[in-house]
Amino acid sequence: MVQIFSNINVDWMGKRKLFIFISVFVLLAGLLSAVGRELFGSSAFNLGVDFRGGTVVTVKFKEKPSVDEIRAALQAQGISDAVIQESIDKADEVLIKVPTLGRRDECPNVDEAGRCFVKKALDTFGKEAEANLSLEQDEQAKYKIIGTEVVGPVAGAQLRNQAVSATLLGLVGILFYIAYRYDWTYAAGAVIAVFHDVLVTLAFFSIFQWEINLTVVAAFLTLVGYSVNDSIVIFDRIRENMTLHRGESIYKLTNDSINQTMSRTVVTNGLVLLSVLALVLFGGEVLRSFSLALLVGSITGTYSTIAIASPIAIWWQSIIGVAEMEQPEKEAGKLATASRRSTVRRSVAR
Amino acid sequence: MRKRSGLWTRTVISIGVTLLGIYMVFGPRSGISAKDFTWEGIKKNLSENVNLGLDLKGGSYLVMRVKIEDYLKAVTDNHRQAAFEAAKEAGLSVTDATEIAENGNYSVTLTFSDPSQKDAIIEAVKKKVDFNNPIAPWNVSSTDNSITWTLPLQSQRALAKQATEQALRIIESRINTFGVKEPTLQIIGSEDSGRILLQMPGVEDPERVKRLVSAESKLELMKVVSPPYPSPVQTYATREEALASIGGRETLSRKVFPYVEREETTNGERKQRFVVVETPAVIDGSELRDAAAVSRTGIEGDYQIVFSLKPSGAQKFGEWTEKNINNYMAVRLNDEIKSIAYIKSKITDSGEITGRFTKASAEDLALTLKSGALPAPIEYQEERTVGPSLGADSIRAGLSASIAGLVFVILFMLFYYRGAGVNATIALLLNLLLTMAAVVFFDATLTLPGIAGLILGVGMAVDSNVLIFERIREELLAGKTVPQAIDLGFDRAFVTIIDTHITTIISAIILYMYGTGPIRGFAVTLILGLLINLFSAVFVSRTIFMWLLEKRSNMQKLSI
Repeated sequence: MVQIFSNINVDWMGKRKLFIFISVFVLLAGLLSAVGRELFGSSAFNLGVDFRGGTVVTVKFKEKPSVDEIRAALQAQGISDAVIQESIDKADEVLIKVPTLGRRDECPNVDEAGRCFVKKALDTFGKEAEANLSLEQDEQAKYKIIGTEVVGPVAGAQLRNQAVSATLLGLVGILFYIAYRYDWTYAAGAVIAVFHDVLVTLAFFSIFQWEINLTVVAAFLTLVGYSVNDSIVIFDRIRENMTLHRGESIYKLTNDSINQTMSRTVVTNGLVLLSVLALVLFGGEVLRSFSLALLVGSITGTYSTIAIASPIAIWWQSIIGVAEMEQPEKEAGKLATASRRSTVRRSVAR
Repeated sequence: MRKRSGLWTRTVISIGVTLLGIYMVFGPRSGISAKDFTWEGIKKNLSENVNLGLDLKGGSYLVMRVKIEDYLKAVTDNHRQAAFEAAKEAGLSVTDATEIAENGNYSVTLTFSDPSQKDAIIEAVKKKVDFNNPIAPWNVSSTDNSITWTLPLQSQRALAKQATEQALRIIESRINTFGVKEPTLQIIGSEDSGRILLQMPGVEDPERVKRLVSAESKLELMKVVSPPYPSPVQTYATREEALASIGGRETLSRKVFPYVEREETTNGERKQRFVVVETPAVIDGSELRDAAAVSRTGIEGDYQIVFSLKPSGAQKFGEWTEKNINNYMAVRLNDEIKSIAYIKSKITDSGEITGRFTKASAEDLALTLKSGALPAPIEYQEERTVGPSLGADSIRAGLSASIAGLVFVILFMLFYYRGAGVNATIALLLNLLLTMAAVVFFDATLTLPGIAGLILGVGMAVDSNVLIFERIREELLAGKTVPQAIDLGFDRAFVTIIDTHITTIISAIILYMYGTGPIRGFAVTLILGLLINLFSAVFVSRTIFMWLLEKRSNMQKLSI
């Protein structure tokens, strides 16, 4: 059989200081990026129209003008802070993002006049295709607006609050479930690990200024689920090993459990990573942020299970006096045979 | 060893559910014919069975809000006027009528100088004004010289709910008359939030519908303060002049509105003037029976609206016009006087609004007048419009991502787990098929994030298989026989699988509760995929292993 990991024997818990250093480093980098950007006048995160309010117009051209030409046309309409984004996979499409406009002058009938002004700007390149014709069917037309998203500022704030409360509520729900199935020390470990994952992903979004939109919230909740899955797989094994090897230190049982489940961790997360990679590569512009969030999240999710969740659970147990945080002297020599031995178990009745 | 009959039951269930799934997704909904087995027939059935979201098939998604605070303000204003009139009609002396209508506080106060008239005023107002509405009652309090009616929070909510529902009905009649195909209209958030979601498949440019839906179209017929015909109607060049004629400010019974004259001046511009009208109005839009756009000349830009009144309105109007022959009457639409005419004779049930409309704008106006006025103005909060070509691109992107992901995963599983990889592949494909079947069965909507949910559901399915297989491998390494290893592997992994699934379902359910639009589609497919996975990865996969054991009962080596 093909096997990636068999009988590995790593003292994961002993490396916790290194792990904490790595996590703190990434989080600090993210914090630095967020705070630095705020101080220097730009914003910490690249919030999409979903959360900030504004208009996104997706335009398809027959002959696409350059970004500068489009920007100049928009400026002639008094829109100076538009973001013009060329589609990565479709050469003739452009996304024009305009923040909420307070004025409406010649666009009186529209609550949010963004689309109307963008259309006026685009009309300088030629006529838009008729409503019921595609761009190809209308010979005189030079472009067509194929998609519009408008979010008012009030709705944007509302969506932002909903996103934050959904993520927090998700964490609380999971905290209670794990506390019910295991105990509070594990629940705290898993939830802190997940919180760490969300923060690390946010750090990446701030550093690289990827756009945060509604789909990113869905990605966050998914990575919360996935990261907790990893933790549960290890916790489950710890619990099982505890009933099998009474008297062993929890420190060692935890190391063993991580090692025993390592091959599952790598295979599953490797495959999830492949699926997510497919989403990044083929999922198109709409799912880009979503896929990137999951890409970062699935990597940090695997890492945090080993590096954050278990150490915190054991650390807490050591505080309440159930476990020892250091590797006991007498067991150090026995570790080499540990995983072999632990595979001989009796079945656990549940 | 398990009994043979157990294996048969499992097999029958597995195959039965699979066939049902295939039928749900690819089968016709009415009467099977030979055509349904051709490639074309399957494609047609698939597109009929699966309910695509607006982001995939194209269409417009609009979230709007009825301005509840404006509605409550209007209610307060009406009550203030009515209370004042009621006291006056009863011959009681009221010095002033004031109102508060901001920051969630709504109240009406009448002040008077004679404390002994207090009870009489309360009685008179009670008879005429709807302060004791059983759904939304007002609280009364008084001092020696004033009476105050306050609208408590609970009543505000009740009125908000009423206004939201009324707006929903009016919008519904407007879009139905306009001919939007298969629109869906629903209140989102709490019932009194005033938020309404309108989804219109296939609508690419929603501007006209948006205008139509939000048109206030508040129509009122009012008496103009002016000397009667044959004197020309009294108009003023500025608002200030008009106000000066009524003592400097608008009063309870006199209001000033702009009026755009019909005749163009020599340089083609039309002059805006101001007129003073009497309130309350003689007739308002709620008395309309019908309205239509007509043109005498047929020239674009020369349309007008003729309307007729309901019997009750017609009677009122008839009586009033009879008494006011030769007086001037104004047609007010929203905040502008559209036309002014003198009353030649008693008019009972019809009238017209002139004002140089284009054909489309006259038709839209007639339609919105017929549907009735909105209880309060509407603002748009969110709009997402996707053209059919962008939708088709998204379908293509979602499909290629799914297929690429699936191919990666299957290739790896076959390479890494060999024989058992076939098992996993069957479980994955079955998961995908049955999730789609569940989407069809529950009539859920498949969106682009929904497709991502399918892919992630497949990720969880892989995880279940990996957990089981790794466990079987461990047990084999520990020296268990093949049947023992399979039994133990499934039993032990099952506990973990349940826990991992429940935690993911918890976060997906929360996403469903909080998410709107396409994001909900993600939560739906993820939840369905996870539930189905318990069947496909655990039940069916185990059945296949049991078949393998059945065929070779003394199996020494397992391809895993």
